[in-house]
Amino acid sequence: MMKNKFAWILVAFAALVILLAVGLNLDPREVPSPLVDKPAPAFKLPRLGAAGQAFAPEEMRGKVWMLNVWASWCVSCRQEHPLLVQLGKQQVAPIVGLNYKEVRGDGSLDSSKMPLEQEHALARERATQWLNDHGDPYTLTVLDLDGRVGIDYGVYGVPETYVIDKAGIIRFKQIGPLTPEVLEKKILPLIAELNQ
Amino acid sequence: MSARLYFSRFLAALGLALACQLGLAEEARPLSDDPVTEQRLQAISAELRCLVCQNETIASSNADLAKDLRREIRGMIQAGQSDQQIIDFMVARYGDFVLYRPPFKATTLLLWGGPLIFLVLGIGALQFYLRRRNRVLQAARPLSGEEARRADALLTEPDPADSPLQGPFQGKDLQP
Repeated sequence: MMKNKFAWILVAFAALVILLAVGLNLDPREVPSPLVDKPAPAFKLPRLGAAGQAFAPEEMRGKVWMLNVWASWCVSCRQEHPLLVQLGKQQVAPIVGLNYKEVRGDGSLDSSKMPLEQEHALARERATQWLNDHGDPYTLTVLDLDGRVGIDYGVYGVPETYVIDKAGIIRFKQIGPLTPEVLEKKILPLIAELNQ
Repeated sequence: MSARLYFSRFLAALGLALACQLGLAEEARPLSDDPVTEQRLQAISAELRCLVCQNETIASSNADLAKDLRREIRGMIQAGQSDQQIIDFMVARYGDFVLYRPPFKATTLLLWGGPLIFLVLGIGALQFYLRRRNRVLQAARPLSGEEARRADALLTEPDPADSPLQGPFQGKDLQP
């Protein structure tokens, strides 16, 4: 009788430990995106390094491509960048860089009173410099100065990476930096599959 | 520390606290001059979770994204969109997670039904325990006829505390 009771307490305790262990290992930042399997939101943004030219996702129709959200102030972007550079060299898929709030997102800059023209020029300068320093894996890069396109893509933590299929449907979203595992196990097989 | 020094320090602390208050008030100053818009913005954004600081609402968070989203919502209100349209806009981008009150649907069944399941389990366990305890008590050695009579007698005996003259420790007992 006593032994039985003791065993029950032990079982209940073990169950609680397992529950808490699983809970601790979940990443609360990983929120399933409702955008997966939905059309990539349309936008038209100025391109970096190509004065006067804009880019819209429709131009990628018929191609499997990746959209990578980054900024020079984003520390984790530096962490994932070598992977992107490597991926760019392999030419698996075109990678479009979405530079997210290059100036406004930098907490160390007070840009609230900066005229738009000046902000634009500063963003171009900083983004170009960063790509020169760390390598440029992007087919092209666009500037999202106010983060409005980021909102449409549900961006809430830079970096984020999307895989978009030939019909313009988002098929995968990575929140946070890319890792070799995610690349090998998810993104590369997915791109191969979508390209068939 | 002298009383004067103490007082001056208190004044300085008070001044700093007030300065902080003023600073906050400055930061929270609505960008729109229309109080109706601001009130609606407050109401809507208090229902939405900030994705960056997940335990804060978009109304209360100071994260950059929350500021951007407040600006977005303000713009939508001014464009004449309904509250539901604005909520739908957020859910389309960030999922149900953005809602502080998650909707009742298949994927949230456990979330809403969980407490009820635990309640039923708890009541079941309590009932099981009480029944078993009852059985155990009944199974214990019952009183013999003589014991039952003695117990009855003890229970029906008038309480000495009720009649002070019949108690075992009366004053007269102590007299020689």
